[in-house]
Amino acid sequence: MNRHASRARNRAGVWTTGFLATGLLGLACLLPGFARAADPADLEDRVREIASEIRCVVCQNLSVADSPSDLAKEMRNLVRELVQQGKSPKEIQDYFVSRYGEFVLLSPPKRGFNLLVWVLPFLAIGVGAGGVYLVVRRWTESSATGRPPVDPAYAERVRRELEGREGR
Amino acid sequence: MMISTLGHFVLFLGLGVSLYATAAAVYGARAGREDWLASSRNAVLALFCLITAALFLLEYALITSDFSLRYVANNSTRGSLTRYKIAGLWGSLEGSLLLWAWLQALFSALVVAHHGARHRSVLPYAQAVLLGITAFFLLVMTFAVNPFATVVPAPPDGRGLNPLLEVTDMLVHPLLLYLGYVGFSVPFAFAMAALITGRLSEEWLKITRRWTVAAWLFLTGGIFYGGWWSYRTLGWGGYWAWDPVENASFMPWLIATAFIHSVMIQERKRMLKVWNLLLITLTFALVIFGTFLTRSGILASVHAFSDGPVGALFLGFLALVLLFSLGLIAYRADRLKGHGEMDSIVSRESTFLLNNVLLVGICFTVFLGTVFPLLTEAIRGAKISVGTPYFNRVSAPLGLALLLLMGIGPLIAWGRASLNNLRRNFLAPAIVAAAGAALLFALGVRQAEALLAFLCGFFVIGTIAFEFIMATRTRVRTTGESLLAAFAVLLLKSRRRYGGLIVHLGVVIAIIGIAVSSAYKVEREATLKPNERMEIGPYAIELKDLKAGEQPTHVLVWATLTVFKDGKPLTELRPGQRFYPNQQTPFASVDARYRWDEDLYTILSTFERDGSSATIKAMINPMIAWIWIGGCVILLGVIVAVLPERRLALLALRAKAQVA
Amino acid sequence: MTWKKLLIPLASVPVILLLAYGFWTDPKAIPSPLVQKAAPDFRLAGFDGKELSLAGLKGMPVVLNFWASWCYPACHDEAPLLESTWRKYKDQGLMVVGVDIQDKEPNAREFIKRFNFTFPNGPDPGSKVSIDYGVYGVPETFFIDRQGRIAYKHVGALSPVLMEEQVQALLKGR
Repeated sequence: MNRHASRARNRAGVWTTGFLATGLLGLACLLPGFARAADPADLEDRVREIASEIRCVVCQNLSVADSPSDLAKEMRNLVRELVQQGKSPKEIQDYFVSRYGEFVLLSPPKRGFNLLVWVLPFLAIGVGAGGVYLVVRRWTESSATGRPPVDPAYAERVRRELEGREGR
Repeated sequence: MMISTLGHFVLFLGLGVSLYATAAAVYGARAGREDWLASSRNAVLALFCLITAALFLLEYALITSDFSLRYVANNSTRGSLTRYKIAGLWGSLEGSLLLWAWLQALFSALVVAHHGARHRSVLPYAQAVLLGITAFFLLVMTFAVNPFATVVPAPPDGRGLNPLLEVTDMLVHPLLLYLGYVGFSVPFAFAMAALITGRLSEEWLKITRRWTVAAWLFLTGGIFYGGWWSYRTLGWGGYWAWDPVENASFMPWLIATAFIHSVMIQERKRMLKVWNLLLITLTFALVIFGTFLTRSGILASVHAFSDGPVGALFLGFLALVLLFSLGLIAYRADRLKGHGEMDSIVSRESTFLLNNVLLVGICFTVFLGTVFPLLTEAIRGAKISVGTPYFNRVSAPLGLALLLLMGIGPLIAWGRASLNNLRRNFLAPAIVAAAGAALLFALGVRQAEALLAFLCGFFVIGTIAFEFIMATRTRVRTTGESLLAAFAVLLLKSRRRYGGLIVHLGVVIAIIGIAVSSAYKVEREATLKPNERMEIGPYAIELKDLKAGEQPTHVLVWATLTVFKDGKPLTELRPGQRFYPNQQTPFASVDARYRWDEDLYTILSTFERDGSSATIKAMINPMIAWIWIGGCVILLGVIVAVLPERRLALLALRAKAQVA
Repeated sequence: MTWKKLLIPLASVPVILLLAYGFWTDPKAIPSPLVQKAAPDFRLAGFDGKELSLAGLKGMPVVLNFWASWCYPACHDEAPLLESTWRKYKDQGLMVVGVDIQDKEPNAREFIKRFNFTFPNGPDPGSKVSIDYGVYGVPETFFIDRQGRIAYKHVGALSPVLMEEQVQALLKGR
């Protein structure tokens, strides 16, 4: 019985692999565009990267890189000039911050009070996951352990056949 | 004038009826008086008729361009197409409140009509909660911002909807969102009723499951549609800006998704009762928070439209909702302790709990980022921005973790899953995923985000395909049906499971679309004279000419671009700008070549008035269409999951007939 | 036992309070890092044909106003005040300079003519001056003292009271 089940599973595995491999090949043929786009960072890409961190001051929530407004275009030109002068991204950010204040940066710099917004999300999830682990452990320990163990593979097969016949 | 007085009166009457119906329902339930309960149910139907009448009145005024009403003057013009006059109803604050109240009354009436005199213990309280919400919206309209206010003297023509909104999308996107938002008030109401009556079993979940899924469907549709609209129309080439109001629609979606999953655990194991009540409370609270943000003006946003005391009223309502519901949960906390038993740490229950942690975690992140500027100002006195780069950077790893979990979850059994079991289920998909990622790496995909998204995405697709294939083969072997028939019947018999898998598939497709289009986006901007070309990727774009023309409502300036690919002419694109008489900045008119593998997107930036030059911004967005395709697959999956019984039996019969 | 359970609903109170705080903030009022610092130099090619720079105005208090013809109603509202202040205090050594940003020349000239501006105004090609001054929108006005330091920045239309107060402070300053 078990051998039959595992052979069936292996065949299904082969089918799946074949089916998906075909799909992947098809996908791969149609997407050569990736290779071309992965050029080494040229000037425009660097400008874009820096500009996407600076807020377009006349728009709502858009970056200087994304905004279609005239002022944004001029700020992009300024960023390009500064990059060509050899300024680092941090120096360019400081250039704008010294004129517009912290508000002009779209991403809060990771220092001081701002660390809260960078750290809390991961902390919260860590605490949550830890909490889940503790709770689940408590629940599994408290569950009565008087049941005879069921062979999991057999249970799996029964489940699949039931599913095929009756549904949930 | 008549319309104004009549409309205002109808709303006022509606407020009275809703308050009466609430009181009657509560009294009838407490005193066990069926006559009061019946009266309350009738009052709900009457309320629906009243608000419908108010809606018709306002629509009538909009369609006939009755500019004596201030709302009509602000939201339509004589020259607008009729359908946009109709859409003017939800163009700004007052009308949107009326639409919301109408939907709330409609859903209340549907609940009453569908459940009638059944569920006698919970229904009256659920009714009361729904009516209370409706009453609030009516209150805001009768005493704060009246949609039927007049303006004297009536202007000859209206200011009209913002031209950005006079598009077909305006007819769809807000309605989808509102259907979702208001839809969630129904499970919330029944949850409150369960808490009030102390009937804390799975009853309220069963009653409202269809409502929850339907509301989720509409909200999902609304969010995807909004992104699609934004991308095609706004002219910055993006679909999501992490704008506070966009976040306000995303947060309830996240919690509702967590709720839909977590509810499955309660249905099977009768656990997590408090958690589920908290989740649905949070969902509804976030919906109210969203309307508060949109209407209060405390956070600057493209979507915001606010007026005076409305913000304070909504904040008060939000406080009321939170204190009331959380208070009830605390009150009943003892009786809600579930039968906390689990067989094994490695089980589907655990993955669902992790799923909840991630979804709530992402929601927390979005919420924190949205209010952090306010918090910083309160504590530090400084004004900062929290925008796209932050949200993308923080939510990307969380999203990938969720993606991975989506592959693992459905294949781990409920209860106890052995490690042997796991290994067998995951081997094939894991091999496929690794092979796929390696193949793409070899083809030049080097960006970490894209590779990881593909790796996890292929894994999930692998597990879904594996599941379908295994089950279909088992069925074919045991019942002798054809492959196709077996597949169809399987789908229809385990609608929830396979519908859910299709939804996951849709999510994977959308995430791959998001990851690839952002990692591999190419952008070029160049100022061209006629007959000059710019290059972007494999395309060359040549400016043919720059023309201007008068349209009925605006002046259109457009550039004709010839697009060449590998030297051969491919297509023509005409990006432009629309200049409206009463708007100080022009609106972009995007033109793009949308294909499923990549979009070539062009915008006209600036230009010389004599047509001597034009600045063109061009973008290649690879696989961005997959986001919209993924959205459609999600909708398909939900439809499969909730197919009604009759249709199912019919199709199953047909499938069997095919075999015979 | 009961008070611990009260924590659940009470947990929502800080959030509500934070949101309520939002009613007292103005999302548009962004503090400038340039206040109390040396005013950046600018060079304008005035609409009247004459060149104007901050360096050339050394020792004089300057009211530097950023405007645009399409900025309605704020710039329209404060324009007469700017002109009248100029006329009243120019003999006492005050300088009023207008910078026209994100605008088209014919519209700008028409604006100047309409409000009878006699103080120097110039366009800002490439937005260099408005970027140097961290201008978020129009109108914004910078009050620069005799030492060339920005004493005060005002966002939005000026009121007569505020203008008087700031100008007097500039003139009195050493």
